[in-house]
Amino acid sequence: MPALLEVTGLKTQFNMRSGTVYAVNGVSFAVKEGETLGIVGESGSGKSVTMLSVLHLIPSPPGQVTAGQALFNDKDLLQMSSSEIRKVRGSQISMIFQDPMSSLNPVLSIGYQLIEPLRAHLPLSRAEARERAIELLNLVGIPQAHERINDYPHQFSGGMRQRVMIAMALTCNPQVLIADEPSTALDVTIQAQIIDLVKTLRDKLGMAMVWITHDLGIIAELADRVDVMYAGYIVEEAPVDLLYANPQHPYTLGLLGSLPRLDSKEQRRLTSIEGMPPVLHETPQSCPFAPRCRWVIERCHHENPPLMLVEPEHRSACWVNPATGQPRP
Amino acid sequence: MNDQPVLLSVSKLVKHFPIRRGLIIQRQAGAVHAVDDFSIELRRGETLGLVGESGSGKTTAGRTILQYYRPDSGQVLFEGTDLTQTSGEALRHLRRKMQMIFQDPYASLDPRMTVGDIISEPLMAHGLTNRKEAQEKVRELLQLVGLDAGYLQRYPHEFSGGQRQRIGIARAISLQPALVVCDEPISALDVSIQAQVVNLLEDLQDRLNLAYIFIAHDLSMVRHISDRVAVMYLGVIMEMTGRDELYSRPLHPYTQALLSAVPIPDPPLERQRKRIILQGGIPSPVDPPSGCRFRTRCPIAMPICAEVKPEFRQVSAGHHVACHAVP
Repeated sequence: MPALLEVTGLKTQFNMRSGTVYAVNGVSFAVKEGETLGIVGESGSGKSVTMLSVLHLIPSPPGQVTAGQALFNDKDLLQMSSSEIRKVRGSQISMIFQDPMSSLNPVLSIGYQLIEPLRAHLPLSRAEARERAIELLNLVGIPQAHERINDYPHQFSGGMRQRVMIAMALTCNPQVLIADEPSTALDVTIQAQIIDLVKTLRDKLGMAMVWITHDLGIIAELADRVDVMYAGYIVEEAPVDLLYANPQHPYTLGLLGSLPRLDSKEQRRLTSIEGMPPVLHETPQSCPFAPRCRWVIERCHHENPPLMLVEPEHRSACWVNPATGQPRP
Repeated sequence: MNDQPVLLSVSKLVKHFPIRRGLIIQRQAGAVHAVDDFSIELRRGETLGLVGESGSGKTTAGRTILQYYRPDSGQVLFEGTDLTQTSGEALRHLRRKMQMIFQDPYASLDPRMTVGDIISEPLMAHGLTNRKEAQEKVRELLQLVGLDAGYLQRYPHEFSGGQRQRIGIARAISLQPALVVCDEPISALDVSIQAQVVNLLEDLQDRLNLAYIFIAHDLSMVRHISDRVAVMYLGVIMEMTGRDELYSRPLHPYTQALLSAVPIPDPPLERQRKRIILQGGIPSPVDPPSGCRFRTRCPIAMPICAEVKPEFRQVSAGHHVACHAVP
């Protein structure tokens, strides 16, 4: 199946007074129609900045996209003017965020906020838009939608607010939905509700999805393919089953080892990754994970490994095969 | 199983926060039922996990045990002394033995104090050391929590979240406490850093024979660190038992739903699992549901659940549950 959204060589940096921070350093990935791509990483790994860059949502200055291409329906999103990207954003590609309270305007009713994008993107009258907004609220499971449409964000609970955000993102039947940790701030029972809702909607509407998270459990549940990010690089990429069954990058191994499992009886010690993720002030000449890596070899210190194919559909950016500890040929 | 002596015994602890109305003439308009009828027992060297969603009262329970909040009723026996009947100098003296680690390592350290001062403050406050000796003790403590002893003169802003949490831990253990209440100590940290801090907490427990009350909402981590687990909902303990028993044989419908909601990092397994999805959110603790507090979201609620509060009873050895539907 052809790629719906194809990003190649994306680089984003932040020019701060204290120096330049290289947040995204040549990231390439593709999302196919109807597919869910999971992007995993810790805070500062560049996973959010990557998607924000694609949609021109990086505050600029200090942010600056310095290289790359993002093809969507044969057009490069990165070359679009701000008026062109506005036609795409919120209609063909929409995004939901972690904190629904700060993404919603507290002084406008949610009806107003839902009708606005509908009328901006579609030729609807006020009454038609309102009708459609109520439909959307019903779709995301908000009870008594025709009354609640007049309520303000503070009158909704966290989970309900996230449902409103999802309704907003769906206004124009997007082809791609980008979800940036939408369930992280929620309690686990509410998180289960939201994930269940998103899964149902995805299957019903046939959307492609990019799900950004630090939670490897959620990725296991939702994603078809996974990109693992570290220090602004994709360090491993694989179909979801392969990634968990046969992780190839030391960082992925470390992440999986530091997670306690709900279903494990044995009381093993967690294998933590020592040290902290770096903040890159220059383009590294070595592997950015090398200072924390157990398998580090001489080559890692003077050559940053590119993503290399290690088995069909599975790529890893590492000079070493962590299963054997031997350098890769 | 732990056969050390009982350190802490809490029975029928109640904490309500009054809601007052009126500017000049204040009257009580209601109360937040934060913790109700809370009873636990903790042995030396043992870890009790306290889990629940936000608003379940787990933090308030921890703080009320330590007398940061004074309970409305109930008893807290710590090494045989009832803390609720103790105050002033006597309580201050006992506080040495019970410490707390806080959730937010950014807010819980004074930004204008050096690391050395932060860690030695409890020692000085209890007159256990003088300025000269303090430095040496702080160096020891820093090493114990895996930080460089040379960090003494630095300020909190120079450290990452994980390192700050280590500073908070060093301060908490400086007085050689018997009990440490850990209030979500890792939820603000990244995954790879969480494991570091949890491993440190486990090492310190082995070395210093600490008893932990580990408050968290991450059920996988609670399983990893706890010996026994208590599940709270709207201020009430719904189920309490040994770790493996709780996770392999949960009896309360809330525990079952909570466990099924946690995704497991194993895609083939995850596809087979059946989720119990609870409807709605946690009700307001100002006016909690009558009878069983979980009944408004319970998939198997019966008429009796609205009328009679289910008794928190032992159903098998060490397994306590409050539910009418459990035989």
